[in-house]
Amino acid sequence: MSLPAEEIAAIRANIASRKIRDLIFTGIGILCLGIAMMTIAALFVDMLVTGWERLRPEFFTEFPSRRAGQAGILSAWVGSVLVMLVTAAVAVPLGVAAGIWLEEYAPKHWITDVIEININNLAGVPSIIYGLLALGLFVYTFGLGQSVRTAGLTLALLILPVVIVATREAIRSIPQMIREAAYALGATKWQTVKDHILPYSMPGILTGIIIGLSRAIGETAPIITIGALTFIAFLPPAPITDVAPYVSFEWLKAPFTVMPIQIFNWTSRPDPNFHQNAAAAGVILVAMTLSMNALAIWLRYRLRKNIKW
Amino acid sequence: MNFTRKTVFVALAGLMAAGVAQAQLVKVDGSSTVYPVTEGVAEEFQKAKKGAMKVTVGISGTGGGFKKFCRGETDVQNASRPITAKEMEDCAKAGVKYYEIPVAFDALTVVVNPKSTIKQLTIAELKTMWEPAAQGKVTKWNQVNPSFPDAPLKLFGAGADSGTFEYFSEAVTGKAKSSRGDYTASEDDNVLVQGVQRDVNAIGYFGYAYYAENKNKLKAVAIVNAAGKAVEPSEAAVIDGSYNPLARPILIYVSEAGYKRPEVKEFVEYYLKHGAQMAKEVKYVPLPAKSYELSADHLKKGKLGTVFGGKNEIGIKIEELLAREAKL
Repeated sequence: MSLPAEEIAAIRANIASRKIRDLIFTGIGILCLGIAMMTIAALFVDMLVTGWERLRPEFFTEFPSRRAGQAGILSAWVGSVLVMLVTAAVAVPLGVAAGIWLEEYAPKHWITDVIEININNLAGVPSIIYGLLALGLFVYTFGLGQSVRTAGLTLALLILPVVIVATREAIRSIPQMIREAAYALGATKWQTVKDHILPYSMPGILTGIIIGLSRAIGETAPIITIGALTFIAFLPPAPITDVAPYVSFEWLKAPFTVMPIQIFNWTSRPDPNFHQNAAAAGVILVAMTLSMNALAIWLRYRLRKNIKW
Repeated sequence: MNFTRKTVFVALAGLMAAGVAQAQLVKVDGSSTVYPVTEGVAEEFQKAKKGAMKVTVGISGTGGGFKKFCRGETDVQNASRPITAKEMEDCAKAGVKYYEIPVAFDALTVVVNPKSTIKQLTIAELKTMWEPAAQGKVTKWNQVNPSFPDAPLKLFGAGADSGTFEYFSEAVTGKAKSSRGDYTASEDDNVLVQGVQRDVNAIGYFGYAYYAENKNKLKAVAIVNAAGKAVEPSEAAVIDGSYNPLARPILIYVSEAGYKRPEVKEFVEYYLKHGAQMAKEVKYVPLPAKSYELSADHLKKGKLGTVFGGKNEIGIKIEELLAREAKL
């Protein structure tokens, strides 16, 4: 029994119109993506073109100067790297440990619920608030001064929620049977966490850490609040010395500046040549962020290859 | 998790390593207007000392900087206006005494679009434009002066936290920080430069350096001084005192306790020797050599305190300033 011809025609027309709608939606999707990508590309290309002349090796090895042509970003990029080191050293162990505790150990009652809600809220607190907190707590109460360690700790607080949430998400994606299998073979809770949960969730945790650090490296507001400096033409003391014990932590106490502050300062100068410097430094900051992301992708790929369930 | 354990240990060890390591470091903070001069001096000073003495310069604004200075956190304070009575009180409470050193003059410049027909303005006209009562009412050029065009008035000015805003509003309306609020405000003067550059009917004000770098995009308005003469901002007009009342002194304050340390002493001495040249380089008006000599004399004789008495002095001329310095 076949359908009447007009009914088939109606169905065909219906399908055709649906296909057209499908096509329109795809078009809109591509358009939206295109606008987003074009905006980023245009910004980046604009910075690159403006700053191209200044992107020379000397730009990385010179200190800031009142003469735009001689100014470089040495103290800024070293400052950024050092602050990131402290941030990572504090936020990673704390954040991962907190994530594991919440996911694997914490009893499920209202106190843990409150903690959970707070962590999620913290992720949405404007960064300037962290700056104010750090100014009162680290700079004045603890007397840590306007130093690399204060900045590192401040940014660590800022990205802690990101790291915790990422750790929890990564742990949650591990099938329950992995834990059950470990317990069935007589493993303790800690052994299960150490030998199975952590290694398997590592790719996800790493992604979270890098996203957090990428956010931290571009932060300006909290760093300005705690009093980072604008002109600084010397480097913090070297971490390795020639007298015993050969390692020095003096650099943690050193005054510093970071890339976003240097860029901000240069854009507000009257001499337009400084704006070129700002663009060049912007390109480098973007490159730093992108290479951190690339590292995350590569690490994730490497670690995932080792997981065999 | 050997890695994690190590990082925790390293972090803790580092954070616990106590002790103050600020040998040979001069800390400067304060106004962004004075910053370019101090930056230049700091740069050359460090080169001359071959890294044996270090200088850091921050930008917290004149007000923000004085808060730190009066807590004894910084050695030198950059100020685009004299210390206020309130700040003098704070410093006195904390036992911070200071030397006051004028380093240069700046000409606050009123600018319009190059295509604008406006050539000169009186302080009274500026007041009509900027006073709080003008808010929402004075919206056309011909309301300021009937001979001006019948065109919308677009205002661009400094943000409320800057010393520039404080000085301009006091010079124009007679009261610090009294200004209309419905204008495009920005702490970043380049935003103001662009705003005036794009709009034929715009008018704005900022430090002379921003005008000097953008002479091809902007036109400076001559200001009618007390003697009734319209004077355009320039180095000569600031020195002879005819650009008035929008010329202002910029200063540094040096803490007495800091000055006893050799690095601060040498930095300030270097500043007095090279400040004039540096001021010129960043488009400020250097003071006559006599002024720097007077300041050096004050330092030598331990003459502390301010010659302004906690007030912002509008339209002070270089000569008057020198006379007062000499009396300290």
